[in-house]
Amino acid sequence: MSFVKRAKSNSSIAELDSNLKNLKELCPSIKNILLLDSEGKLIAVKYYSNDWPTNSAKETFERAVFTKTQKTNARTEAEITMFDNYVVVYKFVQNLHFFVTGGENENEIILATVLQGFFDAVGLLLRGNEDKKEALENLDLILLCLHEIVDGGSWLEMSLNSPHPPNAVDNHNMDAGAPLSEQTITQALATAREHLTRSLLQ
Amino acid sequence: MAQPLVKKDDDRDDEVDYSPFMGIEKGAVLQEARVFNDPQLDPRRCSQVITKLLYLLNQGETFTKVEATEVFFSVTKLFQSKDIGLRRMVYVMIKELSPSADEVIIVTSSLMKDMTSKTDMYRANAIRVLCRITDGTLLTQIERYLKQAIVDKNPVVASAALVSGIHLLQTNPEIVKRWSNEVQEAVQSRAALVQFHALALLHQESFIPFSENFGIRQNDRLAVNKLVSSLTKGSVRSPLAQCLLIRYTSQVIRESANTQAGDRPFYDFLEGCLRHKAEMVIFEAARAITELNGVTNRELTPAITVLQHFLSSSKPVLRFAAVRTLNKVAMTHPMAVTNCNIDMESLISDQNRSIATLAITTLLKTGNESSVDRLMKQITNFMSDIADEFKIVVVEAIRSLCLKFPLKYKSLMNFLSNILREEGGFDYKKAIVDSIVILIRDIPEAKESGLLHLCEFIEDCEFTYLSAQILHFLGIEGPKTSDPRKYIRYIYNRVHLENATVRAAAVSTLAKFGAMVDTLKPHIFVLLRRCLFDNDDEVRDRATLYLNTLGGDGAVVQTGEDVKEFLFGSLDIPLANLENSLKNYEPSEESFDINYVPKEVKTQPLAEKKAPGKKPTGLGAPPATSLSTVDSYEKLLSSIPEFANFGKLFKSSAPVELTEAETEYAVNVVKHIFDCHVVFQYNCTNTIPEQLLENVTVVVDASEAEEFAEVVSKPLRSLPYDSPGQTFVAFEKPEGIPVVGKFSNMLRFIVKRLIQVLVRPRMME
Repeated sequence: MSFVKRAKSNSSIAELDSNLKNLKELCPSIKNILLLDSEGKLIAVKYYSNDWPTNSAKETFERAVFTKTQKTNARTEAEITMFDNYVVVYKFVQNLHFFVTGGENENEIILATVLQGFFDAVGLLLRGNEDKKEALENLDLILLCLHEIVDGGSWLEMSLNSPHPPNAVDNHNMDAGAPLSEQTITQALATAREHLTRSLLQ
Repeated sequence: MAQPLVKKDDDRDDEVDYSPFMGIEKGAVLQEARVFNDPQLDPRRCSQVITKLLYLLNQGETFTKVEATEVFFSVTKLFQSKDIGLRRMVYVMIKELSPSADEVIIVTSSLMKDMTSKTDMYRANAIRVLCRITDGTLLTQIERYLKQAIVDKNPVVASAALVSGIHLLQTNPEIVKRWSNEVQEAVQSRAALVQFHALALLHQESFIPFSENFGIRQNDRLAVNKLVSSLTKGSVRSPLAQCLLIRYTSQVIRESANTQAGDRPFYDFLEGCLRHKAEMVIFEAARAITELNGVTNRELTPAITVLQHFLSSSKPVLRFAAVRTLNKVAMTHPMAVTNCNIDMESLISDQNRSIATLAITTLLKTGNESSVDRLMKQITNFMSDIADEFKIVVVEAIRSLCLKFPLKYKSLMNFLSNILREEGGFDYKKAIVDSIVILIRDIPEAKESGLLHLCEFIEDCEFTYLSAQILHFLGIEGPKTSDPRKYIRYIYNRVHLENATVRAAAVSTLAKFGAMVDTLKPHIFVLLRRCLFDNDDEVRDRATLYLNTLGGDGAVVQTGEDVKEFLFGSLDIPLANLENSLKNYEPSEESFDINYVPKEVKTQPLAEKKAPGKKPTGLGAPPATSLSTVDSYEKLLSSIPEFANFGKLFKSSAPVELTEAETEYAVNVVKHIFDCHVVFQYNCTNTIPEQLLENVTVVVDASEAEEFAEVVSKPLRSLPYDSPGQTFVAFEKPEGIPVVGKFSNMLRFIVKRLIQVLVRPRMME
């Protein structure tokens, strides 16, 4: 009877699906990274999950996360909050607000480390002028940075040194001791140097 | 990077809204993109235009199919330039545009060239882009290069290939599985992140079976165990890989057999990780230990010590992570967390309100009877600082605390009624009222003071819904108290002072008092007569009804039970069915007979529930609360003569789906447990419009349940389209001892095809 057969094939697919889902959940993953200005308007954002399928869903989320954190002081240390079953770590500098979002069961410290990496990289890219105007003027670098820090939700950390020979990458400390944010700095330093060279040659 | 206007220093004053993208417009930028077609490419200019395009996409602008295709084609021309910065932007742009399969062909050759380029950065990025936009056929072509990339000297390239592999597992698992040799080699890499990605990929690969044959899948699970064993002994370099390993280890522990003897496998590894250098690893290990199945206090201790250290960290993230984990532990092992109480108390004044709330709720779980008063004092100061959503969490924690220490009800009840008087939104006040109601129900000594608190609240309540519910509740509980007269004043005041809805509720409540307490009847009648002159018709109607049915001439007569039942009993007919029947009723000689309305409840589809666990119901409003479902089951079962002598219903399970989601006939089962019997209630739904099922029964094969004996099976006579029905099978079971059995179910029925859809069989009970 078709009734019975359908049930059987459905179950094996369902089992496979649930296996894959469970496994994906084991891997630490980021749901989005946001860079907003001091009024909550977005400067650069990247979403890595389907939790916000439409533009309006994204805007609602951005507005909500901004309003919730507006009155807090996240300038010295990274702050953290939870809402809507998401964990959000965030940090502010001048009129730039950085956010990293993860699922409610994610390791908060991993999220904080990604945040710090992104934060430091942008800081270096903007050569200490961390404000909105500077960020917009260097949007390409920031977007590149976002593109290279996280790939589809998995934390991907790439040190790209175009002016440097590939071996330089190996020389930088890549052991468990060095905090991973230092590797971002390596990359950012290289990119910043490149940027400087470019602008000098203009 | 846009064309900056010539800036002087005084321009900085009005730079508040300045943006290099001010006034940017999609059409204009698309025009600008024509520069991509120039034979002499200007890399700076092209980069600028790409940035603008990316900015537009970021802001939510969408490209039409035509626009996207055009842009994509233009961008592909940029591969001619050797400029590195521009090439990087091109990679980002291609990923954003997500070209379709036929468009991808254009860039494939360029990307494949990049994939074998001497420049590492090109290789890495080209791999990432290709794997993102490719389909199965292309994949087999580039597989060779990907395998090489995985073991590339340059960790950047290796990571790119591995991460792409992880993503490709979703769509082309068979291909990725062929790389396991290379991936195994990559796990040994000295580069931290390569190791991490390789580990992730290897683990995920192990769960994709080569075939449906369970044997192979089983072997792969063993492979995971082996992998975990070898790596936990060796040294894993990156903290991230270590975290991943901890998660895999936890999974292995979860799935290994429950051996009571000796330590858990791999527990030592987890405990060792508590001493790791990186905080993320320490925390991951501590959390993993707290989440072990059936974890003992001895196993918990080192983890909790570590979390306790985090509580006093200067970093909010660490404090938050620790307090959230301890909060969860406190639910099952409150004693293990008490050592942290001092640190937690200092967190009550933490700047981060989430942390403060978590600290308080944890303390409420771990507190003992003597600390309750002190805790209440601290919380009172704290409540004014936090937002409503946090307050609700605290209120619920207080409710649990009171149920744990019923002797402390006085101070806790006072606290609740105090905060009820303060400012607050609807959900917050409802949470408080629900808590008070639950305390009244479960702690008999608290009833009188609780009811009085509620009465005082409705004197000044801004929410009609809450007032009405409280009045209804007063009507149930008030007459049972020692001196119901106390409450009459409060209730009658509502009749004067409130809006129509509340007034109507108050009238009903007064009538209930009158019906239940004969001594109060004459007074109630006086009050009800005054209500006959109310402005609102509902109020007047109710007053009239009650006066007439309860003995209108004021005589102190015992109200008949059937009158009470009529006025105040619950309607056991589901309102939806009543509404349907009324709609279908055609005026004729025969008057509408309520007995013909089917009592069968339409079973709710099992929706995905995100809310954790079940909460005790308060005034029980919206969807099926646990309380009302139990009542309806009881009524349903007691109305069936065959089950009448089974005694009191002990417990009913939640509905369990027996069929897959898309089948023609959906069946779920509810198990009702009695002292010596078990009744299976099968809720059946027919989803085929042209069919009518008759004589529906479930044949139960209980050969693997020897202790059970089938006693009766009650068939469902008719199951039309989209009208759920129930069929029952009852078993006898031995009393008192726990028994286990396996039951296979088969649905049996006669199918009748309906030709004339207009014919609607009369539903008879």
